[in-house]
Amino acid sequence: MATAAPKLRSSPLARRGRGAGFGRWGLRGIAALYLGGMIAIPLAGVVARGLGLGMTAVADTMTAPAAVDAIVLTLWLAGATAVTNALFGTLLAWVIVRYEFPGRRFLSIVADLPLAIPTLVTGVMLTALYGPASPVGGWLQGHGVDVIFAPPGTLLALLFVTLPFVMRPVQLVLLELDKAEEEASYALGAGAGVTFRRVVLPALRPAITAGALLSFARALGEFGAVVIVAGNIQGRTLTAPVYIFQLTSQFRYQEAAVVATFLFLLSFTIVVITDRLLTKGAGGV
Amino acid sequence: MSVPQGAILENARRQSIVKGALVGVALTYVVFLLVAPLGGILYTALRPGVSVFRSTFSDPRVQHAYYLTAMVAAITVVVTAVFGVITAWVLTRDRFPGRALLNGIVDLPFAVSPVTVGLMTVLLFAQGGWLEPVFLSRGIQIVFALPSMVLVTIFISIPFVIRSVAPVLNELGTDEEEAAQTLGASPLRTFFKVTLKNVRWALAYGVGLSTARALGEVGAVLIVSGSIENRTETATLYILSAIEERLEASGYLVALSLAAVSVVILVGIEIFKHRQTKEQVS
Repeated sequence: MATAAPKLRSSPLARRGRGAGFGRWGLRGIAALYLGGMIAIPLAGVVARGLGLGMTAVADTMTAPAAVDAIVLTLWLAGATAVTNALFGTLLAWVIVRYEFPGRRFLSIVADLPLAIPTLVTGVMLTALYGPASPVGGWLQGHGVDVIFAPPGTLLALLFVTLPFVMRPVQLVLLELDKAEEEASYALGAGAGVTFRRVVLPALRPAITAGALLSFARALGEFGAVVIVAGNIQGRTLTAPVYIFQLTSQFRYQEAAVVATFLFLLSFTIVVITDRLLTKGAGGV
Repeated sequence: MSVPQGAILENARRQSIVKGALVGVALTYVVFLLVAPLGGILYTALRPGVSVFRSTFSDPRVQHAYYLTAMVAAITVVVTAVFGVITAWVLTRDRFPGRALLNGIVDLPFAVSPVTVGLMTVLLFAQGGWLEPVFLSRGIQIVFALPSMVLVTIFISIPFVIRSVAPVLNELGTDEEEAAQTLGASPLRTFFKVTLKNVRWALAYGVGLSTARALGEVGAVLIVSGSIENRTETATLYILSAIEERLEASGYLVALSLAAVSVVILVGIEIFKHRQTKEQVS
């Protein structure tokens, strides 16, 4: 032990730490300026503006009927997105990891499309398919089903954009899962249903919850996919981000900042919770 | 084992029914949600025929929109790649007070709606904003001009390179870097010949994600640019205007072209991800 310490101190890394202090502080400065200047300060600006006029001003803005409608609708849609993703994301992950079938690779590749396709293009795609001008949309409309300019279209857009959020993390956990536990459960006489609920699901739960929460946070803020599809009718299809956009284009910056601050704080809380969940799930790394 | 063969067969049959049902539901969901809209835009965009195709892509307004999108994306990618690698290095190799805070800031853009990004940039540079005295008062136009469009796109793309490169740096450790330095390589040489070479596929992966995001950004850019024809109208903003102005056919075509570019980028991303994992395993 006695000889180990000086050896460590003379290692190149430690020498660099002492000798090249200037360069090191320079790099730290660049990183801090980059993240602080580009992200933290502008965000602080919005929050300061949003909360700057005091709580009565905030309450006035947040209780305006248009704001209440937009926020309630957005929370509903985000909730539905999160739940649907939790179910279908888990199903997709399970099917891709556990089964061999024709189309498996196709499924796995197509599921990454939402990562690359611009969100606005997602909206355009849905409009092209379900809009009144298309055969499908025309047929649906003839049967009294509105997709575009109605809540179903908005939900479809959000589901498209967030499809990989639950599926990918669950897939990773499933790949690592020790199959011996499942086999033990079967050997002890448990059926497939019980084994899934008692053995597999508990292992997947952190990944499912984290993915669902991230879908929720993303759905709260989504603009590009929603703006064309939703039609932006107050109370029916005007979501909070589109509402913020409308306020901004009318130069009502103060109100826009209040609603934006609310959305940001909510998403931020969710992202922090998700982070905690995931680090706990990974054994505290 | 005295389990009757009939029961085993029965069990296997039931399992294959469950499998068939689950696979069926999964495929239906993905086809309905992802593939059908893709088919929808292919059909709608290509149906009007060659004349619309020609008039759309020879329209100077459309060409300018593409040019602007490429410009914004290129600047964004260079900035986020250079500063992203530096930041990832600092976050993984350096220990100093405030490191955890910086690390937390990296993920903030994921929690911010693009509309909020646009709004905060307007608030910062417009009249009464914190940076008004620096720019607007001296006649330097940031909002409704290229600089703000680049700024918001950078904000949104910051996490991609950092979050792709940092885990790889962590995983690699410092053994190779120390070896290079022991052999007399300068810190810069070590960085370019060892560190950067080891993370090159992760960097390419992050750059791919950044590019895809930068090409497609609409909410933030819409607010800060004002979407002025032939001046601050990017490809996505053109699509938005085209649909509002009843130029749907052109809008669909441009949207289809962006989707096609994204698919190419996605293929690249998959290759880079694969290369990086392969290199790390070996």
